[in-house]
Amino acid sequence: MDRRAFLTRSAALGCSLAASPLVTPMSFAAAPGEGRLVVILLRGGMDGLATVMPHGDPGFAALRPAPDFETDLDLGGGYALAGALGGLAPLWQAGQLGVVHAVSTPYRDKRSHFDGQDLLEAGGGDPRRGLPRDGWLNRLVQSLPGATAQTAYAVGHDPLAILGGAAEVQRWAPESDLALSPQAIRLAGRVMQDDPAMAAALQAALRLADGDGDAVAVPGGEAAMMDAMMQDMTAARGGGHHARLAGFAADRLREEARIASFSLNGWDTHANQARGLNRALGVLAETITALRDGLGGPVWRHTAVVAVTEFGRTVRLNGSGGTDHGTGGAMLLAGGAIRGGRVVTDWPGLAEADLYDRRDLRPTRDLRAHLGWLIRGLYGIDRATIERVVFPGLEMGRDPGLLL
Amino acid sequence: MRFDPILAETRFGCGLSPLVAPPADGAALLAGLEAPDVMAARFPIERFATFLSRMRTRRDWQKILRDNRGSAMGEAARKEIRLLNKAARQDNLQWLAAHVLRRVYSPTPFRERLEGFWADHFTATGKAGLIRRATSPYIEEAIRPNLSGRFEDLLIAAVTHPLMVHYLDQQRSAGPGSARAQRRPGVFGLNENLAREILELHTLGVDGPYTQADVRQLAELMSGLTLHFNVGRQFRKDMAEPGAETVLGVSYGGGTPHLRDIEAVLRDLARHPATARHVARKLATHFVSDRPEPSLVAALEQAYRDSGGELRAVYAALLAHPAAWDRARPNVKQPFHFIASACRALVVPPEALLGQSERALRLRLADPLRLMGHVWQKPDGPDGLAEADSAWITPQGMAARLQWAVAMPRILLPDLPDPRDFVTTALGPDVPEAVRFAARAAESRADGIGMVLISPAFQRM
Repeated sequence: MDRRAFLTRSAALGCSLAASPLVTPMSFAAAPGEGRLVVILLRGGMDGLATVMPHGDPGFAALRPAPDFETDLDLGGGYALAGALGGLAPLWQAGQLGVVHAVSTPYRDKRSHFDGQDLLEAGGGDPRRGLPRDGWLNRLVQSLPGATAQTAYAVGHDPLAILGGAAEVQRWAPESDLALSPQAIRLAGRVMQDDPAMAAALQAALRLADGDGDAVAVPGGEAAMMDAMMQDMTAARGGGHHARLAGFAADRLREEARIASFSLNGWDTHANQARGLNRALGVLAETITALRDGLGGPVWRHTAVVAVTEFGRTVRLNGSGGTDHGTGGAMLLAGGAIRGGRVVTDWPGLAEADLYDRRDLRPTRDLRAHLGWLIRGLYGIDRATIERVVFPGLEMGRDPGLLL
Repeated sequence: MRFDPILAETRFGCGLSPLVAPPADGAALLAGLEAPDVMAARFPIERFATFLSRMRTRRDWQKILRDNRGSAMGEAARKEIRLLNKAARQDNLQWLAAHVLRRVYSPTPFRERLEGFWADHFTATGKAGLIRRATSPYIEEAIRPNLSGRFEDLLIAAVTHPLMVHYLDQQRSAGPGSARAQRRPGVFGLNENLAREILELHTLGVDGPYTQADVRQLAELMSGLTLHFNVGRQFRKDMAEPGAETVLGVSYGGGTPHLRDIEAVLRDLARHPATARHVARKLATHFVSDRPEPSLVAALEQAYRDSGGELRAVYAALLAHPAAWDRARPNVKQPFHFIASACRALVVPPEALLGQSERALRLRLADPLRLMGHVWQKPDGPDGLAEADSAWITPQGMAARLQWAVAMPRILLPDLPDPRDFVTTALGPDVPEAVRFAARAAESRADGIGMVLISPAFQRM
């Protein structure tokens, strides 16, 4: 029998039991509310202008190809959504997909991916003078009443500094798995016992690998262990990395977890951007769809998914049909908790004088303000905590009304 | 804290080996860098110049395909292209095996570690098509011959190499005032990517004293540097921005555009004090500790500046510093080092890797590396692998190491050694009691070997 197929079924059964209101209501009462937040980091710098095209701006036509309404989706108000995100059209129509445009972190001028991402994950600070050592999602967990070690998940191999910090969070890449003899499990703990970092990683690995549907311990000696390992490896080789990230995150969020984060690569489109960007956008659309399908209606209703990137890109195409590192860009919101179907922006304009540094879309609002209002609405955290702890130094300003 | 042969082999080599004696002193370690490169001869990796001929052949077939679509000739061309792609994919895995085997058998393992370090500092890979398989040929041609000379020669070899030019989009970058951009505006223009990464990653470092204007000027100065399938590195005057450019206050070029102008700015960047600091810190972090002693970094920086960037002098300063022999072993082996050092301790026979099928090599090496967090030759970005140990000591990373350590040695080696002996082979005479116990108590040889390999004493360096 195919071990994995069997385990998938039994895991699904387990989940539906756990989701039943009759089972262990106490563990849910202790959790920090019903709100779910998924933060997707788009590494590389998503081109906001190609993702959500402001074709109503009179300056757009001179900078970029016009939207093709055979494939691109008219959002109204002079905006169009790239056709590669077409899979999300039903969400837009249901008011569960929203756009925030012309935003960025406070990062300016050096346009380095790594500094830009560090700041996005740290949630503030100045790269030249040192950033907070922990990530803003971790500080959110620290500020969340009723949070436990199971509240937040960093999903995938990415180190996800956004979740690094004093609050204990779970980290797991869904394609990792373990099959060991029971004796090896005991001995591994023993050889690592004097190395706290390794011992903690091992214990978390054993717990997560045991809880993902198939048990770690494989009785029956070496041959059985090798068979089980080979099946794990074969399963991990299949495509659809992003779908596995989303599926694992959804599984956790249906249970005790309330916060999850993972990253998607492929946004650094310096050359022939139409091709690379469409691929990345397609992956993003599939990821959001997989989250919705995995979470299911009742949980999706409480969910906000937010996709953010370290910076936008130059408004003009460069000499190789791509765009270089810029400043202002777009963020995408999805979920049943979102008041979607709108492009939220204080649009700066695309005329030469309106640009930042005469080359980039000018950010008119700090994207952290939007994130701040989201977590204020989802978790009821007071404004002072958000402005001092989660995003130190942020001025949240008026409520953009991103949530229902 | 002074030289220790076991620590030398662990921290600066590829781990202990039952075949190769550890170096007697720091001088022996350094002398190894001058010794003939017997590993390159025994486990050859294609040079990039040879790899280019694959790309030329593919281009020729592609032309035939374009001109003969739908005909038998076109079908034949399509098949040839498929075979070329497959051969490159398979050869690339053989090169992965060769990289591991060099570490298993090397009498001068410091060279292999330095190659890994600099190949990562100058991370480059192909982005689409055949050239995705060209990373090892690039390392063999641009990095390996330049490990212990002057940094500026390594810098020039790496950042003007066709693979880097391709990876960081320099290939199509034309100065806005160049003949090519003027002739076809909107098709050819400037691309800042390589110029930015040279300043941020390869030389000065992100905290270095440069501005966006320097990035732009360097990009204009570098325009014209491109690649051609027939010759590799190429300089095209019709893509070069006319006139002089100013980078960090120094003016370059101004006459007929030439590759010499690019080499001149790279040599100046290599000799910049910020580059000395950046390289010193990165070496100390990689080889000794994520938080290296300031005196260690200062010593490397001083040696770099005094010698004008002679890497041999910088390595000598590293090996001479007491902090390099700190017995605390705070660093953890990166995944490739972990797997290769395990293979060295086990003396994995060449035929267990070389000549094995694509599927076998994925199962034995490439897939486990990916699960440990290192996607082989497919970097997330030009900053390469994380130096922070916390990036590697993760639940999924530890799960993958544990699984590999228990399962893979048995597949790679027909006769596993007795775990009670293997503890000393892999760790030296100083074996922690818990590891000795686990090696003895394991119920199979595979489990016993696995326990030694996942012990902190083996994983840390």
